[in-house]
Amino acid sequence: MSSRRSRSRQSAGVSRTSDEQINDLVSKLQELLPELRRRRSDKVSAGRVLQETCNYIRNLHKEVDDLSERLSELLETTDSAQAAMIRTLLSQ
Amino acid sequence: MASSSISNPEAGPNRSRESKCKRRRRMAIENRIENVKIAKTKWNTEAEQQIYSLKLMEALRRIRRNPSSPAAEVYPAGRSAIRRTADRVLAIAARGRTRWSRSILTSRLSMKLDSNRHKKHKRLKVTGDIRSKKPVARKRLPAVQQKVRFLGRLVPGCRELSLPKLLEEATDYIAALEMQVRAMTAVAGVLNS
Repeated sequence: MSSRRSRSRQSAGVSRTSDEQINDLVSKLQELLPELRRRRSDKVSAGRVLQETCNYIRNLHKEVDDLSERLSELLETTDSAQAAMIRTLLSQ
Repeated sequence: MASSSISNPEAGPNRSRESKCKRRRRMAIENRIENVKIAKTKWNTEAEQQIYSLKLMEALRRIRRNPSSPAAEVYPAGRSAIRRTADRVLAIAARGRTRWSRSILTSRLSMKLDSNRHKKHKRLKVTGDIRSKKPVARKRLPAVQQKVRFLGRLVPGCRELSLPKLLEEATDYIAALEMQVRAMTAVAGVLNS
């Protein structure tokens, strides 16, 4: 125990405390990912979580792009739709 | 912490100074974890999504009504204009508390002023220095390091961020993106009917 403390003292006490807390943040991130939410055990490595995070963000970007495309088509074709959509959203 | 100072009496003053540092850092990291929890609940509320949908439509209406605006320089209300608008409204909804949202809002301005600026962001590493270092330092965790870099590039404005901050930003960004997808899907559904 004291040897670990002296090691962390040499590296200005950063690495040991941050490692545990980084693992905590990584596990919180893992809970957000739909792929890894079921396997909450330690089987999932940090590298895997990072990989899934990148993939998930890229997928979300692509979804937003597709939705933007769809919205641009819909907005061009319908004019009176704007009044209709505002009315619908306000009534919800 | 009191027990540790007793067991190591020779490093007394250093120990208390360092424990203060550690305590501050731990509090900062606990704040980060707290922010992560808040992010999940904030972006998941129905109210947040409705506000976003309304603001998005106001912004889209403004683009369409004014085809001569700079947002329409590519196409009038084309896909990229809508994407940029949706991202901008999303960044505003974050209320300036996160780095990615601030980066989205400021990058629009800088891109309008100077189109060459994003080209200057490419930085080539000089490999000569790395060769002189010990090989252990380079090979410690190359795969994980690469993924961290990649993630930093995906989240706007987080390229040179420390890992804990990057994870916090990524968590908030993912929650916000999910809300954006839900809201835009709902708007498209309403337009479709």
